Amino acid sequence: MEKTVKVSKPFMDDLKHTVFLWRKSRLTMIGSAIILIFLLMAAFAPLIAPYDPVHQDLQIKLQAPSWQHLFGTDQFGRDIFSRVIIGSRIALWIIFLVSVISGSIGIIVGVTAGYFGGIVDEVLMRITDMFLAFPSLVLAMAFAAMLGPNLTNTIIAISVVTWTTYARLSRAEAIKVKSQPYIEAIRAAGGGNLRIMFLHVLPMCISPVLVQLTLRMGTIILTAASLGFLGLGVQPPTPEWGAMVSDGRNYLIDQWWISTFPGIFIAFVVLGFNLLGDGIRDMLDPRLRR
Amino acid sequence: MVETLIKIRDLKTYFPVKKSIFSKKLFVRAVDNVNMDVPKGSTFAVVGESGSGKTTLARTVLRLIEPTSGEIEFEGKDILGLRGKDLLEVRRNMQIVFQDPYNSLHPRKLIKNIIGEGMKIHFKISEIEIRDRIASVLKEVGLIDDHMYRYAHEFSGGQRQRIAFARAIVLKPKFIVLDEPTSALDVSVQAMVLKMLKEIKVQENLTYMFITHNLSLVDYIADKVAVMYVGEVVEMGDKTTIFKHPSHPYTDLLMASNPIPDPKFVREKRLMKGEIPSSINPPSGCRFHNRCPFADERCAREEPELREIKPGHLVRCHYPL
Repeated sequence: MEKTVKVSKPFMDDLKHTVFLWRKSRLTMIGSAIILIFLLMAAFAPLIAPYDPVHQDLQIKLQAPSWQHLFGTDQFGRDIFSRVIIGSRIALWIIFLVSVISGSIGIIVGVTAGYFGGIVDEVLMRITDMFLAFPSLVLAMAFAAMLGPNLTNTIIAISVVTWTTYARLSRAEAIKVKSQPYIEAIRAAGGGNLRIMFLHVLPMCISPVLVQLTLRMGTIILTAASLGFLGLGVQPPTPEWGAMVSDGRNYLIDQWWISTFPGIFIAFVVLGFNLLGDGIRDMLDPRLRR
Repeated sequence: MVETLIKIRDLKTYFPVKKSIFSKKLFVRAVDNVNMDVPKGSTFAVVGESGSGKTTLARTVLRLIEPTSGEIEFEGKDILGLRGKDLLEVRRNMQIVFQDPYNSLHPRKLIKNIIGEGMKIHFKISEIEIRDRIASVLKEVGLIDDHMYRYAHEFSGGQRQRIAFARAIVLKPKFIVLDEPTSALDVSVQAMVLKMLKEIKVQENLTYMFITHNLSLVDYIADKVAVMYVGEVVEMGDKTTIFKHPSHPYTDLLMASNPIPDPKFVREKRLMKGEIPSSINPPSGCRFHNRCPFADERCAREEPELREIKPGHLVRCHYPL
């Protein structure tokens, strides 16, 4: 739908159209449902989880799934169902912090590069290129190994490798915006570079970055789980899904449930974010809109 | 003798053109050797085709672009070397209204913040005082104070231009550049906006630099006129003189191409040949010689000076009409 000059009604129509597109795409609906369940699970985790996720009881170790322990127990007798449920909070926390940190770094670097241009742009974007030159998981592993494995460092390591996309995006947007007359008017009014950059150019760069952030949330979980699996991420006994998959590795043949259930949850949440991200991208694509 | 508000001497604004590192450095000579005196309280019109450098001239005067060389004085003070506080004070006194009202207002900000931004930069005043001032400025430009809580996209082109103008006058400047302020508007709206510009100029004791390619507007609003061609001023003087006796062949042809709303008027067919030449590589001698109906070999060889043919009437031509 074309953006019109008049306000409220077209805005509402636009919103309705967005909802219409959302409902039309079944995959987007499924994605949204998965993410909604994931969020509810994280929100009410202590209520849902029947046992303490870190409580060890070696007498009931390696029990198969039963009504008592829905997903069975692991090698220390911990209830896997409880651990998976509580683990959703860890995953959500990682997603949230990584998005905030990498989003802010990306926007600030990108806007600075795009706004000043010239040598500043060259230097900042070459640094960005350096980060992009490595496969992101390898780089995240290097950072996690260097900083030492724990939750905070996992978040830092993932943030450090994911900000580049947002930097490139917001740089492009800043270059477009900075030459607009409304920015020049502020310079004519006496506004300095910092004021123009942060108060006037930056707000225009946020929305494309937000869309990209939702698209990348699946990747963030996957990276966190990979780090956890490799032992470079969150450390035991914290119930992080990737680390749980890793825990069950040695028992995979006989006690399949230890690795399988957290694995299924990782798969579903990543799938949910990817479906939702694709849907959001399509909904915002002007060519697919009316 | 009327006081001069803005004095421009030998102003040059060149933009480098990147070709390759081996070729000779080339420049777009957007503004080339411009001399101008803008009298206080006047409306000084700058006329010319697209690409003649009129917008670059205005932006250079406001120090939105740094000139290559030359001098600009504002109230007798050189402004080109200014920095920090002094520059800020000059900026407050010189404002601009852009041509396109659709991208001259920030799309994500309330009108209140668009207009109030300058006040936050220059004055230490409270939120309430800012609001009151915005309300009174909005009234002045023919809007109502409720409009300050809306976004730019809620307004029509004419209203947006009024908002842009409110933003310019809110700092109580002495000098405003109007860069084709009405060319993006409907004809009916144009008239109203022009009338408002004229009224506020008297009320607020302003000086305008009015950039346009529409000669009818010049006739309506201007006191003095400078005609620009490929970065140079080719003719300058009082509006009446220039409209009655255009002395440069280019001005003459411009006048002849201006439509006159009279069905009985039969125009002699005089069309300008060719396009405006490139300002990277302007023609030798007189820059207009290849399009001029009166040019001879002297025009191709020798560049004419801008000289006074009558008091206050300057022409850059070997054979003024």
